[in-house]
Amino acid sequence: MIYFYLFLAFTRIGLLAFGGGIAVLPLIQKEIVDTYQWLTTTQFLDLVTLSELTPGPIAINSATFVGYRVGGIFGAFIATGSFCLPSVIFILFISKFLSLFEGNEKVQKIMKGLRPSVIALMSLAGFSIAQNGIMDWFAVVLCVLSFILVWRKMIDPIFMLILAGFAGIVFYR
Amino acid sequence: MDILIKRKRGIIKVLFVSFFQIGAFTWGGGYAMVPLIQRELVQKKRLMNDDDFINILSIAQSFPGAIAINTAGLVGNRLAGFPGLLVAIFGSVLPSFIIMIAAATILYHFSGLALLERFFRGAIPAVVALIATGIFSIAKRALKRRFDLILSGLLFVLALVFGFHPFWIILIGALTGLVRKS
Repeated sequence: MIYFYLFLAFTRIGLLAFGGGIAVLPLIQKEIVDTYQWLTTTQFLDLVTLSELTPGPIAINSATFVGYRVGGIFGAFIATGSFCLPSVIFILFISKFLSLFEGNEKVQKIMKGLRPSVIALMSLAGFSIAQNGIMDWFAVVLCVLSFILVWRKMIDPIFMLILAGFAGIVFYR
Repeated sequence: MDILIKRKRGIIKVLFVSFFQIGAFTWGGGYAMVPLIQRELVQKKRLMNDDDFINILSIAQSFPGAIAINTAGLVGNRLAGFPGLLVAIFGSVLPSFIIMIAAATILYHFSGLALLERFFRGAIPAVVALIATGIFSIAKRALKRRFDLILSGLLFVLALVFGFHPFWIILIGALTGLVRKS
């Protein structure tokens, strides 16, 4: 039964995954923390950090991680496959009806219309992670400092994450 | 005929190896892997030309799913049909799959380890900062009109304050895009 729920949850996530990466986080959070309670909020934050630290799309990382936690290797396989399933179906559909899709004005309009949604969802992800993960002044300083360094391209984002992690080890004793 | 079959097998092998490498070495997925795919399949292996690739890229963004997966699948499908589609997606997902299972196992064994908890406590504020840089760089390009800016603020409030499911946020954006004059 757990495999069926994994299938349902990650097919839904795959179907609504617009805008990539961070914009999909609120959707993942809704399914795996709120609806199915496979992870606690703290575990979800750890998962997001882990996904940023490791290669690959965040949604794939989340699917594998959650699937494995809940249903072992087979669970990981089901969750990851279910996330990819809508993509496979769309690609097959599009390759049959390419002329309907390519340069289609309505599709273009929808894509443009989705931009505000994507930005709203990304902000929601950032806000909810900040709300649960930034608890003291040291975290605020780390956040502002990382933002400046990464925005000015003075440091590689992954390296910044590792550095901040070590700062945490030193400070939070 | 034999040559054709051999060639197809060759392409499938190339697809798997290329997308496995791309999956293993791009952080953040999506747009980060675009230049890698281009270098690997267009410039080095010459399996498609730049126009084909740009075309595929724009289509990959026009349906749901991870952009990395969609691009891999479209490239695979174009070059070797359905088997190519599956192999390309499988190749690009496999590295994350292996790494995350290793990470989940390690985390499980060391959960409650103070050192690890402190590491995450420090790293999470940096994750928030990364997300903020992502939002700013996309907003700078995409929200050129005041209407878009107001709409994204409104959608944010709907989701945060009124708890709207992301589905509605997506749907409202898509519908306003359809309705308004460009």
